[in-house]
Amino acid sequence: MAPVDVTIGRRPDLTGALLGDTDPAAQGGWTDHPPRMGFFTDTSVCIGCKACEVACKEWNAIPEDGLVFTGMSMDNTQGLGADTWRHVAFVEQRKPLAVQDPGVLHEGVDVLALAPQGSGTSPDEAGTTPTTPGDPGDLRWLMASDVCKHCTHAACLDVCPTGSLFRTEFGTVVVQEDICNGCGYCIPACPYGVIDQRKDDGRAWKCTLCYDRLTVGQEPACAKNCPTDSIQFGPLDELRERAGARLASLHDGGVTDARLYGRDPHDGVGGDGAFFLLLDEPEVYGLPPDPVVTTRDLPAMWRRVGAAAATLVGAAVAAFVAGRRI
Amino acid sequence: MAECHPVGFQWVMEAKARGATVIHVDPRFTRTSALADLHVPLRAGTDIAFLGGIINYVLANEKDFREYIVAYTNAGTILTDEYRDTEDLDGVFSGLDTEERTYDFHTWQYEGMEVQAASGQRDQEYEDHPGTKKGRASSKSVRQSGRGEAHGSGGAAIAGEPEVDPTLQHPRCVYQVLKRHYARYTPEMVEQICGVPQDTFRQVCELLTDNSGRDRTSAFVYSVGWTQHTVGVQYIRTAAVLQQLLGNIGRPGGGIMALRGHASIQGSTDIPTLFNLLPGYIPMPHAHAHMDLDSFIEGESPRKGYWAEMRAYTVSLLKAWWGPAATPENDFCFDYLPRLTGSHSTYETVMAQLAGNCKGYFVLGENPAVGSANAKMQRMGMANLEWLVVRDFSLIESATWWKDGPEIETGELRTEDIGTEVFFLPAAAHTEKDGSFTNTQRMLQWHHQAVEPAGDARSDLWFAFHLGRRIREKLAGSTDEMDRPLLDLTWDYPTTPLQSHPGDVEPEAEAVLAEINGWDAEGGPLSSYEQLNDDGSTACGCWIYCGVYSDGVNQASRRTPATEQNWVANQWGWAWPANRRVLYNRASADPDGKPWSARKALVWWDEEKALWQGHDIPDFTASKSPHYRPPTDASGAEALAGVDPFVMQADGKSWLFVPAGLTDGPLPTHYEPQESPVPNLLYSQQRNPVRQILSMVHPDDRFQPSGSEPGAEVFPYMMSTYRIAEHHTAGGMSRYQPYLAELAPEMFCEVSPELARERGLEHAGWATIVTARNCIEARVLVTERMTPMTINGRVLHHVGLPYHWGQGGLARGDSANDLAHLSLDPNSHIQEVKVGQCDIRPGRRPRGPARVELVKEYQRRAGITEHTGTEI
Repeated sequence: MAPVDVTIGRRPDLTGALLGDTDPAAQGGWTDHPPRMGFFTDTSVCIGCKACEVACKEWNAIPEDGLVFTGMSMDNTQGLGADTWRHVAFVEQRKPLAVQDPGVLHEGVDVLALAPQGSGTSPDEAGTTPTTPGDPGDLRWLMASDVCKHCTHAACLDVCPTGSLFRTEFGTVVVQEDICNGCGYCIPACPYGVIDQRKDDGRAWKCTLCYDRLTVGQEPACAKNCPTDSIQFGPLDELRERAGARLASLHDGGVTDARLYGRDPHDGVGGDGAFFLLLDEPEVYGLPPDPVVTTRDLPAMWRRVGAAAATLVGAAVAAFVAGRRI
Repeated sequence: MAECHPVGFQWVMEAKARGATVIHVDPRFTRTSALADLHVPLRAGTDIAFLGGIINYVLANEKDFREYIVAYTNAGTILTDEYRDTEDLDGVFSGLDTEERTYDFHTWQYEGMEVQAASGQRDQEYEDHPGTKKGRASSKSVRQSGRGEAHGSGGAAIAGEPEVDPTLQHPRCVYQVLKRHYARYTPEMVEQICGVPQDTFRQVCELLTDNSGRDRTSAFVYSVGWTQHTVGVQYIRTAAVLQQLLGNIGRPGGGIMALRGHASIQGSTDIPTLFNLLPGYIPMPHAHAHMDLDSFIEGESPRKGYWAEMRAYTVSLLKAWWGPAATPENDFCFDYLPRLTGSHSTYETVMAQLAGNCKGYFVLGENPAVGSANAKMQRMGMANLEWLVVRDFSLIESATWWKDGPEIETGELRTEDIGTEVFFLPAAAHTEKDGSFTNTQRMLQWHHQAVEPAGDARSDLWFAFHLGRRIREKLAGSTDEMDRPLLDLTWDYPTTPLQSHPGDVEPEAEAVLAEINGWDAEGGPLSSYEQLNDDGSTACGCWIYCGVYSDGVNQASRRTPATEQNWVANQWGWAWPANRRVLYNRASADPDGKPWSARKALVWWDEEKALWQGHDIPDFTASKSPHYRPPTDASGAEALAGVDPFVMQADGKSWLFVPAGLTDGPLPTHYEPQESPVPNLLYSQQRNPVRQILSMVHPDDRFQPSGSEPGAEVFPYMMSTYRIAEHHTAGGMSRYQPYLAELAPEMFCEVSPELARERGLEHAGWATIVTARNCIEARVLVTERMTPMTINGRVLHHVGLPYHWGQGGLARGDSANDLAHLSLDPNSHIQEVKVGQCDIRPGRRPRGPARVELVKEYQRRAGITEHTGTEI
């Protein structure tokens, strides 16, 4: 296994970007590397216990980031950020899951319309409705643990000027906290809005897929703690196969809404190292429906910039030459 | 279960992945409902009506497992003609003493014989044991001590042989009585009482009965949603009746699992922290005049079954505690044991504190200022002590109420007036000490110390050991007889030095385990409770744990992987009794000893070897043939026949009808909770007539009117307290941890959109919840997971109240338990916090004395007096 060289992996090789499966570790300069490792998060068995959030914070010594009651169902940590690397979303829906039938109705109650009725809290301090409209009579509660996707083509890594972000031998993407200079370029580069700057130190932070644990043969803390194996860790090839089988069994069981997200190596980021089984549209969980590596068009852009620059130079030279001729 | 036991819920998910159908019955739509195949919301406090409806369905459609119940239960046993059912007496059983509010259960007995209560209850009839025949005078104080917990492995004394009709046709046989008792629990009645649509109810009945029988078994899982009621024990009894009828006890995949609220709560009843039990469910003796060991045993133990050996268990316990000082001449120090004079449950202790009789209090591993019902009473009680010792990880509310409790804010208490001297001692976490957890499957699992505790934190074992050592040092040389029990204790546990605290020593937990396991006269470790003797030649700290240290090996620390053993996994940890994983598993085979079906085989009789064999360790005498019939003069285990699987019971049978042992009736009956929005639709008897309230009447604990009584409309909404996955019980282990605090940082209540509209509650705003005891404020979570129900033609709303918060820690808020009352289950003395009545209004609660005034205003509006809600 090659030693960690922080300069490796800085140069994006985008030739394979939309050409199917690639070997990101090899592209990152690793010649003899272990199989690509990742997460398969099967949200259909997530029970929303948040053990992943807590285990992640505990292992990685991430600070607490706000004691805020949000009113967003059972979610008070709100989303991924510099200080939340695993986040469990809770989505309450009027939609049946298999044969579930609570046998009760909420006819025509619009929770949003209830807000201005007035109470002790001013409206601007109040949260938003946890419910979504739909057919009355059915209720389901989706729970899903989100995490950095460890993209095959990672824009954060592409734009990092210091080499703080690098591709590991496991094909994952990791920020090195002792190198990050807090420039923040990676933040708008992430198509999922995952990587984030910590307010009090300015540096960028995100899931490392527990790189330290992986190097000693341990699985990441979140997967280790997940009681229902909603978070599965392993070689990406195996996980993709397992996910396919799980999807088929759910479809056979009548859960036709089930779908895989981030598994396809032909998507806009070349597939995710951390992919998901969802029970609804990605937008329902706050995930972009069609993410694209934000640096995809950079080469073309640079080519055009180069061409434009060459044209400008040519024009200037021509003008100069012409001027001299005058 | 997904909310409070997410780690255990992985096995439900595992079962689901293998095709199990998961039904979740709960007023709220929780994380469990989200993963269940079917969620059935029902009105809180109506589970007996719901389960009783299923029993009626089973009996009316003959869906019972007939061979199983005829062979293994008391279905065919004929009752005395003195017995009167709730059918005859409009909701009460024969024997009700309306003055004393207790039942005399002599009319609940079998024809032609006398049955005595299961072990813990038995002392209740000390005076009239079948053997002693001293008449029927049992004391009220003994009855009120309840002692329901002693049923953990309880048996019963029986004199004579019962009359049995195996055709189940006799009008007074248990089966027919059961049929009549539940006949009125129809689907229509279930719909009206519980709010469960008839179609949904029928679906549950069909799913359950289709999945029970020879080839299939169903399991029930419950938690405090069943126990914390004025009829809590009877909730679980209803499930037991149903599981017996369906043949789901003693078989793989069957049973009734009690999920406990706290790690090792099972362990703390096995080796009890309860006032009324000694280790292994041996009852704590009562203060009868002139009672010696022999008369205690005579009054307590039955002739048949394993409880017949109670003298051996008791003498071995006394030998473990008092060693060489315990001799046959001094009754093995039986007189050293304390004596009960009535109920001394936690709530009676609070009353004693308020009355000034209880002057000192240890609070270890709990937070009563937040976690106990009517927590204000707890705080007021602690304010009336001379001293209080609190051991916990953090400065929990039970240690700080004197400076920042709610009563300081309202002015009801002033710090400078409080005389209680409060000692706070930091406690070590389980990772900082060796020890065992006993889980709900009676399995002990050992945990090893990972690091030594930091600072002054020490283990509970360290505290108990050194406290005992220092007291004994102070008493050394005393000639006062009163000090003998302490001075004669065996208190010689080996210790190891604490590396990080030179000079300090930690007692060895494994040495305590070895003492609990017990040893023979030569000091060799015992391997089974069958080796215990009653002559003082064996010592054993807890007879049901005997074998946990067999061969001198800590069996609880075994961690053989599942891949290296069979599916029963007997080599993971150690389960009592005798490492059996399925209790009463003889019932997994038919009367001839053959498995009921190949699919559900667990243990079976091997005719060739003349031994019971199987995947699990047989919970039966290994060499006892199914065809064995005891001689008439046999006693103990030998008196049980080869077809008597329930070896702890004196008749070896499982009891559909409980002739003795329960304080509030032989069959579960639906009563409305202490506070209910509706009248009891089944009987004119509204509430459990013997619920425990009288000793609790106090100005800070007023009850509210129910049903159609005037003033009931002042508290129009139902409320339940409960836990959520984010926090641990009263918060001592979670609210002080930043990573857990941020997951649920504030007290909140859950209400339906309909209730929010009715009361003008704003999502994420504030609401004030009021009862006759107190008022609290909470953030509002409006969610469709809360479901209004139509009950008896009226739309009812639930207010959901997680109870984790207090004024301390990082995540703060008012305590839901401040709203609760002290009306208790008469068997277990558990508070009814799973259902009550309240009002909810928008906005924050008043501050200072105005908070108390608001509660008084509600009391006045509802016309509440000290008599309200205390009717029988």
